[in-house]
Amino acid sequence: MIDFFTSLNSPALSFLKYAFLIGIFGSISFGIIGTYIVTRRIASIAGAVSHCILAGIGAAIFCRQQFNLTWLHPIYGSIAAALLSAIIIGLVSMYAKQREDTVIGAIWAIGMAVGLLFLAGTTGYVDVDAYLFGNILLVSKNDFMMTLVLDIIIVVPLLFFFNNFMAVCFDDQFAELRGIRTKLTYMILLCMVALTVVLMVSVIGIILVLALLTLPAAVAGHFTRRLWPMMLLSALLCAFFTTGGLALSYHVNLPSAPLITVLAGITYLSVLAIFNLSQIIKRKKRESGKK
Amino acid sequence: MDCREVVKIENLNFSWDNNRLALENVSLGIHNCEVVCIVGPNGGGKTTLLNLMLGLIKPSSGSIKVFGETPEKSRYRIGYMPQYLKLDLQFPLNVMDVVLMGRLHCGFWGRYSRNDRIIAERVLDEMSVADLARRPFAELSGGQRQRVLIARALACEPELLLLDEPTANIDPGFQEHFYDKLRELHKRMSIVMVSHDVGFVSSEIDTIVCVNRQVVVHKSTEITADTISGIYGYNVKIIDHTQDLSAIHKNRHQQFHHHEGCSHD
Repeated sequence: MIDFFTSLNSPALSFLKYAFLIGIFGSISFGIIGTYIVTRRIASIAGAVSHCILAGIGAAIFCRQQFNLTWLHPIYGSIAAALLSAIIIGLVSMYAKQREDTVIGAIWAIGMAVGLLFLAGTTGYVDVDAYLFGNILLVSKNDFMMTLVLDIIIVVPLLFFFNNFMAVCFDDQFAELRGIRTKLTYMILLCMVALTVVLMVSVIGIILVLALLTLPAAVAGHFTRRLWPMMLLSALLCAFFTTGGLALSYHVNLPSAPLITVLAGITYLSVLAIFNLSQIIKRKKRESGKK
Repeated sequence: MDCREVVKIENLNFSWDNNRLALENVSLGIHNCEVVCIVGPNGGGKTTLLNLMLGLIKPSSGSIKVFGETPEKSRYRIGYMPQYLKLDLQFPLNVMDVVLMGRLHCGFWGRYSRNDRIIAERVLDEMSVADLARRPFAELSGGQRQRVLIARALACEPELLLLDEPTANIDPGFQEHFYDKLRELHKRMSIVMVSHDVGFVSSEIDTIVCVNRQVVVHKSTEITADTISGIYGYNVKIIDHTQDLSAIHKNRHQQFHHHEGCSHD
């Protein structure tokens, strides 16, 4: 483990340092937004949005090559696609009388398909896996700066309007009666979810990002019954999972994204098991006490 | 308190998308000197009527005025308590967090002021749940949740209190207390509540509004078992034979005859 931390300073391994920093700073957004995703039960929306990112990445790479737009970094495509899909899902869930989950499923699949088509149309080799599962070898200082900017855009409004977001998530009807523009607030929340998903694509990839959004908050939910401590704890857990996963991948020479996911998943399942077992034991004790 | 009209509904019709009228030709005036209880069978339109008063939905035709204005403009003056079963009880927040929602929009940047917290503590105390302030909302009993939600409605410092099924799930010990509270609150504000509970026809209620697509208004002193059966379309046992009700039974011959508007179709 000490090896890993000394390597963070090695100039030859600068990608490792930036991946580590993205993990730490990204965790702030992941903790806050992940808590909203779990408590508001919109994990499937986050899943659809994250998969739609492939369409944005594909379109950006395709356009960059076809129209020679060298400035067009795939992350701009990711942000556009994520926001667009979040807004479409938000509008559908508010106004259209459709089955929301069916629409989410459709957007989820279409996003991926469009992305694959764009990438197929691009000449030359494109490393699709790097986007699907993340590839820390490609992480640069630019990615880290982008993460910082997104982090600030996400965290600042959520802290300022914490009470409004909480009220809208808990009881939107009551919030509406207190003069809060609930539809706008919910839409902003979905857009923040979209930006958060983009934030760590380079480290975790678009397929596994859902695990890092929901599992830390799900674990934190077992230890606290208030919103802000849950956010704090899930941010800490998220930072722990990403750092732990990166360190493990450094030592065992395996890809980091699946290691991060497995680390988070095992922690979640263990916590779930321990809590359920302890409840069963408590009940047994109470029953035997009665006898 | 001088008697003025708080809610005025004229020739109101309301239908959901399927075009079947949920409320038909409703005209109704609610005054601040009376405690009003809206009763009727499930699906009869009680909650629809409440949502119209809050401006959450708009009438298909006809008009509704609250404090002489549109419900959207007046909703700040209303304290609303929803049925707690509509809320996500897994949501991580404590009792204080819930009650402070009644103070939303008052603070700058969505922050609560010192004054907001004082008011929240006062209303919790008023509903006798001050000791629960730090407890998670998810861990409360049904009756405690109900009281916390009434406290949240009071935290709005309303002129009109709208309560959706306030006596459902409330512990019997608190029911008596609740009527006393109601009388006390009524000195400060108008009160409209919804109940499908016939036993709730209490001496504290002045006016009964029967809703089953159409609306008929009774003074509570005129209510009998027949009236109620008429509304529900079948015989209903009255469980809570309060003194007032038995007194009414003696006068049943002076009753209203026209309950067709309330009857089932």
